Amino acid sequence: MSRDETTNLPAAKGPLVYRQSVWTRATHWVWAICLFFLLLSGLQIFNAHPALYVGQESGFEYDNSVLRIGAVNTPEGPRGRTTLFGQTYDTTGVLGMSGPEASPVYTAFPGAVTIPSFRDLATGRVVHFFFGWIFVGALFVWFLASFINGHLRRDILPAGRDVAGLPRDALDHARFRLHHGRLYSPLQKLSYFIVFFVLFPLIVLTGLTMSPGMDAAWPWLLDLFGGRQTARTIHFGVMVLLVLFFIVHIVMVLLAGPLNELRSMITGWYRTAPGTPREQGDRP
Amino acid sequence: MSRLIVNRRRFLLGSAAAGSGLVLSGCNQFDFLAQRGNPVRTAMEQANVLTYSAQRALIGDQVLAREYGESEIRQGMKPNGSTEPSTPEYMFLRQANFEPYRLTIKGMVERELSFSLAELRNMPSRTQITRHDCVEGWSCIAKWTGTPLGPVLDQAGVKPGARFAVYHCFDNIQRTLSGDVLYYTSSDLVNAYHPQSILAYGLNDETLPVSNGAPLRLRVERALGYKQPKYLHTIEIVDDLGPFGLGKGGYWEDNGYDWYGGI
Repeated sequence: MSRDETTNLPAAKGPLVYRQSVWTRATHWVWAICLFFLLLSGLQIFNAHPALYVGQESGFEYDNSVLRIGAVNTPEGPRGRTTLFGQTYDTTGVLGMSGPEASPVYTAFPGAVTIPSFRDLATGRVVHFFFGWIFVGALFVWFLASFINGHLRRDILPAGRDVAGLPRDALDHARFRLHHGRLYSPLQKLSYFIVFFVLFPLIVLTGLTMSPGMDAAWPWLLDLFGGRQTARTIHFGVMVLLVLFFIVHIVMVLLAGPLNELRSMITGWYRTAPGTPREQGDRP
Repeated sequence: MSRLIVNRRRFLLGSAAAGSGLVLSGCNQFDFLAQRGNPVRTAMEQANVLTYSAQRALIGDQVLAREYGESEIRQGMKPNGSTEPSTPEYMFLRQANFEPYRLTIKGMVERELSFSLAELRNMPSRTQITRHDCVEGWSCIAKWTGTPLGPVLDQAGVKPGARFAVYHCFDNIQRTLSGDVLYYTSSDLVNAYHPQSILAYGLNDETLPVSNGAPLRLRVERALGYKQPKYLHTIEIVDDLGPFGLGKGGYWEDNGYDWYGGI
C-alpha cells in the first residue's frame, strides 16, 4: 500500500473479478481427468471391433458400415487400411497397423492412445465405466449448482443480445481480438452451450443405448438414435467433436493468456481487460 | 504480495507442464490397471457393482428386451467364441445327433431333474426375434425358439436362499497345458426367471447349429453375448459363486470381464 505501489500499478489493468465458482472449477478438472481416461479406454473398446455401422445391427453378410479400420496383406506386405464412407485410405503407421517396422502392431488405434497400451477389452471397460459414472455425477452436480448460482443463465444460455453479437464476436475471434470482459463472449457462450446441452447429453445417452439392459428399460433410446449400432457410431462421432473442442479450447487458452485463464479455473479470479468497470467484490 | 504471485505463477506453470506431460508420454503408465487384483483396478471395478444395482433398480424384472420383425432378420447369426467344441463328451453327443443329451438342473433345488431334448421340445415354447449384442461392440438380429427357463426351474423347485444360476457348458473355450478350460457363466435369478430367458434349440426356424451352441443355448436378452452360454449341459442353483473357476462367476468374468454384463 505504499505510494510507490499505487503509482506503479499500470493504469492499463482491469479489475480482478471472481469469475468461476468452486463448482465450476471442481467439475472442470474432474471432467478433464474423466475425458482423458474415457477417450483412451474408449479407443481400447473400439479396437475390439474396429467398425461402425448405421442401423440396429452390424452387417456381416451385407454392408452397412460407415467406418472400418484394419490391416490387409498386399504384395508389398501388410498395410493399415481405413475405409470412411466408402473411401479407402492407406493409414499405415497410424490406424490399422502401427509401431516399429520390425514388430508392427495390428490394432485399429495404436497403443499410444489406448488404455492399456496393449489389447485388453476387459480393462478398457473397467476404466471406461468407472470414469463414465464420475463424468455423469459431475454433470449432475454442475447442472444443479449452475442452475442455482446463475452460471447457467449468466454464462451458458445464449440470450438475444448474444445471438445479435455473434457475427461481430466471430469476426473478432478470427482477427485474434479477444475480449477479456467480466462475462463470456457470445461465441464462448455458444460453444459451452453446445458442449453442455448437446455433446455431453448425446455422448451419455448414446453410451447408454449400447447397453442391452438400458434398451429394455428405455426402448425409446433405440428409436431416438435409430438403433444400437447407429448410437455406437454417434457416440464415436461425438467423441471426435469433443476432441476438436478440446484442441480449440487449449488454443484459445494459450491465445487469451494461459496464466490468467488457468488462474481463473484454479482460484476463480480472472484479470479483466483495461477499462472494465469495477464492481463490488472485485480486487484491484 | 509479489512473492505470492511468483509462487502462484510457478504453480500454474508446473500444473500445465505436468498435465501436458501426462498427455504426451503415451499411456503405458496405466498398464498396471490390467493386472487382475490390482487394488486400483479392484476399486474401479466397484463401478460395475453400481451399474448392476442401478440397472436392477431401474429396469423392471419382467421388462422385455426389444423384439424385432421378420423383415429385420437380414443375415445369419454370426457365430463367435467356441464354434466347434472338441471335448470327447461333446464329440460323442454330436456323433449321436444329440440323442443321449440331457440337461441337468441341480444344486439348491428340491428335486434334481434332467431333461432330454425331446422332453424340452415338448414343453411350451417361446419364439423371439431379438438383437444379440457382443461385448466387442457388434450386434446381430436373429430368431430364437426354445423353452422358457423359469418354468423348468420351478419344476425342480428352487430352494429359499438361492441367489444364482450357474451354467455349465461342454465347450473347451481354452486349451492349456494343464488341460481344457470349460466355458461357464452365471446369472442372478432375475435374469434366470426373465420371460425371454429361453433354453433355445431353434435358430431362424431351423435346428440350432453346432456353431451357435447345439444342442441347447441359453438366451438372456438383456445381457451381452458372453452371458448367454452355448453348449449348455447343467444348470446349478447356488448361493455363492466362489467355488467355480476363479470365483468370479464365469469364464470371461474370471478373465476380467464384469459379471453383470448388462452394459
